[in-house]
Amino acid sequence: MNELIFFFNTVLVSGTVLGSIYAIGAIGVTLIFGILRFAHFAHGDMMTMGGFIAFLLAAAFSAMGIVAPVPTGFLVLPIAMVIAAFIALGIDKGFYAPLRKRGAKPVTLLIASIGVTLIIQGLIRLFFGSGSYSFFETETKQLFKIPIPIEGVTRTINFTQPQLLMVVVTVIAVLALHLFLTRSRLGKAMRAMADNADLAQVSGINTKLVVRVTWIIAGALACMAGTMLALDVSLKPDLAFNIVLPIFAAAIVGGLGQAYGAIAGGFLIGFAETLAIFNWAILLRPFKDMVPFALPTDLAVVPTEYKLTVAFVILVIVLLWRPTGIFKGAST
Amino acid sequence: MSLIEIKDVVGGYGGAPILNGVNIAIEQSDIGVIVGPNGAGKSTTLKAIFGLLKVDSGSIAFAGEEITNSLPDRLVPKGLSFVPQEKNVFTSMSVEENLEMGAFTRKDDFSTTLDWVYDMFPPLLEKRHQKAGELSGGQRQMVAMGRALMSQPRLLMLDEPSAGLSPRYVLEIFDQIVKVNKAGVGILMVEQNARQALAFASKGFVLANGQNRFTGTGAELIADPDVAKSFLGGEAKR
Amino acid sequence: MTQRALILFVGLFILFLAVGWTMGAANTSLLLVQSFAFALIALGLNIQWGYGGLFNFGIMGFLMVGGFAVTFVSYPVNGSFWSSEGPFMLARAALAFAAGALLVVGARNGHRIGIRGAWKTALVIVAWSVAYIVYRSQIDPAVKYIEANAGWVGGLGLHPVLGWAFGGLLAAGIAYIVGRICLGLRTDYLAIATIGISEIIRALLKNMDWLTRGTLTVSPVPWPTPIPQDLQAQGISIANSFIIARLGYLAIVIVILALIFFLVQRAYGGPWGRMMRAIRDNHIAAASMGKNVTARQLEIFILGSVMMGIGGAILVSFGQIYDPGSYQPINHTFLIWVMVIVGGAGNNWGAVFGALLIYITWMISDPVSQFLFNSISAQTSEWGWGAIPEIQSRASQMRVLVLGLVITVALRFAPRGLIPEVVKREGERAT
Repeated sequence: MNELIFFFNTVLVSGTVLGSIYAIGAIGVTLIFGILRFAHFAHGDMMTMGGFIAFLLAAAFSAMGIVAPVPTGFLVLPIAMVIAAFIALGIDKGFYAPLRKRGAKPVTLLIASIGVTLIIQGLIRLFFGSGSYSFFETETKQLFKIPIPIEGVTRTINFTQPQLLMVVVTVIAVLALHLFLTRSRLGKAMRAMADNADLAQVSGINTKLVVRVTWIIAGALACMAGTMLALDVSLKPDLAFNIVLPIFAAAIVGGLGQAYGAIAGGFLIGFAETLAIFNWAILLRPFKDMVPFALPTDLAVVPTEYKLTVAFVILVIVLLWRPTGIFKGAST
Repeated sequence: MSLIEIKDVVGGYGGAPILNGVNIAIEQSDIGVIVGPNGAGKSTTLKAIFGLLKVDSGSIAFAGEEITNSLPDRLVPKGLSFVPQEKNVFTSMSVEENLEMGAFTRKDDFSTTLDWVYDMFPPLLEKRHQKAGELSGGQRQMVAMGRALMSQPRLLMLDEPSAGLSPRYVLEIFDQIVKVNKAGVGILMVEQNARQALAFASKGFVLANGQNRFTGTGAELIADPDVAKSFLGGEAKR
Repeated sequence: MTQRALILFVGLFILFLAVGWTMGAANTSLLLVQSFAFALIALGLNIQWGYGGLFNFGIMGFLMVGGFAVTFVSYPVNGSFWSSEGPFMLARAALAFAAGALLVVGARNGHRIGIRGAWKTALVIVAWSVAYIVYRSQIDPAVKYIEANAGWVGGLGLHPVLGWAFGGLLAAGIAYIVGRICLGLRTDYLAIATIGISEIIRALLKNMDWLTRGTLTVSPVPWPTPIPQDLQAQGISIANSFIIARLGYLAIVIVILALIFFLVQRAYGGPWGRMMRAIRDNHIAAASMGKNVTARQLEIFILGSVMMGIGGAILVSFGQIYDPGSYQPINHTFLIWVMVIVGGAGNNWGAVFGALLIYITWMISDPVSQFLFNSISAQTSEWGWGAIPEIQSRASQMRVLVLGLVITVALRFAPRGLIPEVVKREGERAT
């Protein structure tokens, strides 16, 4: 039973947290792809940038003596998201819109987004150096331990307050997005444009407005994902660089352009990663006295160093099996 | 002053011009039909009006206002609407959502228009929550037209509305177009089914090589032996 | 070469002279060797992207594979490995691998003996699982043993140029596998897939201590020409020995580059090149004319990868150290893309020019920004604001910023590159 709780802590809790981060990041990527038809490589660095903005705001808040029952990182999140949204709009206006106007191919935009990635990376490193920062230098992470009222169980279900809040925030964000896309005029216009950009224009939909809204949402969500990741682990300039690829994998797996697919893909990959590096041998421990032979002590599907490989394996498998993704997004 | 007046329009997709001086004028009470052989510039004319390609010279005026090379989303609020030939519905959205998108530019309450469209196309009312992509060809065409009507246009432009439809649906679509016109919407359409379309056209335009060849009422064109021989394939009907 | 290209190359030459004058001949000769190696790599990418329209973002993986190949081939033999049980255990693991592969292939052909549909899928999954478990059962103890006893597998002690060739070969093999899986996908998808593959390669090579010593690194990897120390032993001064030795290395690199360049240019001008460009510009039309698009793309992908493998091997031999952990996507993938885009995709002279220009810029941006920072720091100290902290690391991060700026500026103003593709036909839509 203790082993099951360990399983719960290591796999389910981590998987949910990681899945939420991937899901939120993937939504932005998939929306940009659906509306603007290019793979926005700089999304990972927009996440990092968002994390740093939140960090600066949190430090400012602490310096001003503002305290709250939630970690300051969450408190400043809405403000950081607004700032990030503005920056995202600026990036589009400065870098991508001029290329789109000249009829650039999706591939050119991808390369331009790589340029943007490097610029953001460079600027962050320039101002912050390359060390890591923590949101929790002045405050502590509240840890929740829930005991299980069953005989002989010594382990508790553990999760931190940031993790709990993350899941809550993710749920709220997903709900808000769902309502926006299905109930509001602008949200439906976004779906229309992702469905058929020419017809959207012909119907009189203000495509420029939709593009702006897309960047606002993508920027805000990227900031959310980056801040959440930094709150869970720590804040480093290359924080999101390792995450870009699983996020793209999540977006592709869920079907490019399909927001709900991105959410599903994010959780799929998040859980797959945690399941793959989990040492399954631990679950077999209670049975070790029942079996006549020695059980293997290390039964992880992949060693921890290969964690990121999991996302790719899933990506390759899904692409081979269903090239348009599970939810049938944009096709090859 | 006609509802829409196209004068000596020259334009194309960037290379050699496809339109070499096209002239068309119709009123709000008209059903205007453009026919002609492939490559004549029929669909291109509609696209030129709607700002989907560049007009090099000539003018397009709608209710007296210059609209040459306007952006499509400016034209819809002015009272123009366009139904493209292909990919003319939002396949992943429901029928009702498609219609709502047609009303995007409207700031007022469009529920009466919605009811009117459902009245005009009863099958759509039944299937209003179904995804447009799941409907048959004829029903999709209805959605496409309905979407275009939601903005309460004064002029409805259609690019080959009968394309790919079974004969029964072709008749039905043409019936509906006549009904829409009677309700006060001007019609300008391109058609391959020349004979059938000209039968109810109040103004017909035969284009060839990007220029006007014959102009007249639908009946006149059908009766004209030259037109019949070159474009309608056969003897003129008397 | 056009007039513009000539002027640009002359400008580049002057830049080299300037660098040589400020940084000294020894340093400059080092930079030259490395930039020419990158020129070869950029040429490889130019073939894949410029000719084939293929989006390879996993260049790093091919470079690593090339580096591994030359290390394995040219590093001296590790006696303690060969005299132990190691080779035997590895052989058993190889057999297990082969058996597993056969098993999977057999399962996939199950339909020939009447097993179809869901049963066949189940069979294939079972085959994969069994193959994996059997392989792991052989390789894991082998790895533990080798690492405990001999440390690692060691090399074969052969000539480095053979190692370079082996690098090309291994890269071709990887390209074949990757190409079979990924070609036929949309360009953006291909990009992401190649990144993934190269990350997998990196993780593997970094962690297979028994094969590559992982983070412990392998050195010194031998040169094909005399190293500075050899020349010093012959009585040449220390300063000159570096210059002469490196020039000797440079000579070989340039010969190889020139040879490959010549071959590629010839092919480009001929029917093969025309066909490739036709496929790139409109692969649907090309396919409808009976050209086997995927096969041609695979060809191009493999060819380009071979050049990358050789280039990667050359770099590792020159640096004399194989460190899988030192490979970064920025240096080894993105940089090369910048070289090709800024230089001119689809034009071999453009690729070479871009490589030389960008590499020099990349390498001098660190000392130049250090210089800048120091000057500014001196100023701010004078004003009483204190010096700028961590100048060293910040200056080296500036490279990233500079690179990003170069890409975005280049795309805005010269979307086709400084020496763009020459399109001979009139009125054609050039890329």
